[in-house]
Amino acid sequence: MADTATTLTNAAMREQVRAGEGVWGFSRSQLVGVLALVAFILVAPFVLYPVFVMKLLCFALFACAFNLLIGYVGLLSFGHAAYFGMGAYITGYVAKAWGVTPVLAIIMGGVVAAAMGVVGGWIAIRRQGIYFAMITLALAQMVYFFCVQAPFTGGEDGIQAIPRGSFLGIVSLSNDMTMYWFTAAIFLAGFLLIHRIIHSPFGQVLKAIRENEPRATSLGYRTDDFKLMAFILSAGLAGIAGATKSLVFGIATLTDVHWAMSGEVVLMTLVGGLGTVFGPVVGAAVIVTMQNYLAEMGAWVTVIQGAIFVACVLAFRRGIVGEIANLLKVKL
Amino acid sequence: MDEIFGIPAPLLFGQLLLGLINGAFYAMLSLGLAVIFGLLNIINFAHGAQFMMGAFAAWMLLEWAGLGYWWALLLAPIIVGFTGVVMERLMISRLYKLDHLYGLLLTFGLALIIEGIFRNEFGSSGMPYRIPPELAGAWDLGFMFLPVYRGWVVIAALILCLATWLLIEKTRLGAYLRAATENAALVQAFGVNVPRMVTLTYGAGVALAAIGGVLAAPIYSVNPQMGTNLIIVVFAVVVIGGMGSILGSIVTGFGLGIVEGLTKVFWPEASATVIFVIMAIVLLARPAGLFGRA
Repeated sequence: MADTATTLTNAAMREQVRAGEGVWGFSRSQLVGVLALVAFILVAPFVLYPVFVMKLLCFALFACAFNLLIGYVGLLSFGHAAYFGMGAYITGYVAKAWGVTPVLAIIMGGVVAAAMGVVGGWIAIRRQGIYFAMITLALAQMVYFFCVQAPFTGGEDGIQAIPRGSFLGIVSLSNDMTMYWFTAAIFLAGFLLIHRIIHSPFGQVLKAIRENEPRATSLGYRTDDFKLMAFILSAGLAGIAGATKSLVFGIATLTDVHWAMSGEVVLMTLVGGLGTVFGPVVGAAVIVTMQNYLAEMGAWVTVIQGAIFVACVLAFRRGIVGEIANLLKVKL
Repeated sequence: MDEIFGIPAPLLFGQLLLGLINGAFYAMLSLGLAVIFGLLNIINFAHGAQFMMGAFAAWMLLEWAGLGYWWALLLAPIIVGFTGVVMERLMISRLYKLDHLYGLLLTFGLALIIEGIFRNEFGSSGMPYRIPPELAGAWDLGFMFLPVYRGWVVIAALILCLATWLLIEKTRLGAYLRAATENAALVQAFGVNVPRMVTLTYGAGVALAAIGGVLAAPIYSVNPQMGTNLIIVVFAVVVIGGMGSILGSIVTGFGLGIVEGLTKVFWPEASATVIFVIMAIVLLARPAGLFGRA
């Protein structure tokens, strides 16, 4: 992503200069963004329908996990639905069939998704660029067909009526507000974890690989190991997003593993801004809201999503947050 | 010769034929993808949607204009190819200086738009398209019945693939094309209008997909989703074959179709995933693909 990459490099250099100023590695402008995000999370359930906001947070976490790869390693995965969907299936299955408590169920969903990421990433990182996108898409399609046939997924029906259970066996999550705070905590934890990853020495190496992989290699980094690690983290977090979603709605279906879901997360991140901290969150909010209000328009939603894709690629490559950051000359 | 490896011969040959037909479509589509990728350096995600447009063009020509199969075989690629030319001029041509991934994202968006529009107009259920009377019926080959139309699809696809290969490898136009793939700036300096060649190449690749759609119309039901699921498999085929060689993509396409057909006989549950598994194995052993250059 040549032009995003250049703007990012400049921003990254400015950020390095000001590194001492921030709190937890957030620059001053990003701190404002984080406070705004936390304020939104605190106020939203009282203004908006909590289930809607929970859906938004799940997809925001999914998009952030996806952005870890495309934004910071420069790898476009077109098959992230596999990890999101498998996280949803595993959590749904263990919560319903084995009665596992929600925290443990979500962890199991994330771990299985990460384990799949080990295999998928190990295969996919052998190629770069367009091939990487095609390989991840093909591997995800394989997972889709597996889910169509595997007995535990319930085939066309999916897993339904997944119990939310109770948090640590004490607080029941069947109430939407309680579930909301649980979901919000998972989202924030994931969001901060991704931020921490990006700003760790490990994250700096990832960015170096994105900018110039041969040079990173010549500096003595085994770039494949770093790429694989980033892929596993991204897959695991996508799995946690899917896992949480399955508990919120009580269902895990083939929609979650379908290629259209992989396309949606690409769209969310693209709309919000590739390689920005808040872009995926804003993009997820835009797309989820749009789907919510246009739901009765049927196939036109697909047409509109396609049109947004085209508009973003042709005229709007920085995305919403990227454009704002550029306008204000800050890093968001 | 009633049983082979404990499998009834008619079942084995029936699935082999189905595999060969699927392989014909894999070969045609991956060939178009490879030609477009060679010169434009983009992966045309809209290829499946354009394949579907070809099938719908045939259906529309029959229902709305009364023009039959043979006219469709001629007109559908021209019409759909022209939409491809317009798309290239208006949108894709703006992306050549950017990262190739943007081309993938743009054509993915275009595929969503095309598929959504057709789903709005025609719904998700398929439309039947009759086999032309000249190609109806079946031949008795002794060991199996071969529906004439299916035989025709395999032969037509082979002819089309070989003609494309000859055009690219053996003609002056093909030489320009190969030269521009290697170094577009130099070819332009020799006085060849490279931008026009790029546009026409995209149009030709799209037309190839549309011919595939017309050929597919009487076999599969004509429906808006017919292209997308196919194109993901074709992506895997392209990764397995590598996009460096035209002949390579033809061989890989037919070969994988046959492998898929055989898997349906011996292990039906795995038939949907076998091509993806092969892709993974090939990537581990030979990351550049069977015929690719690293």
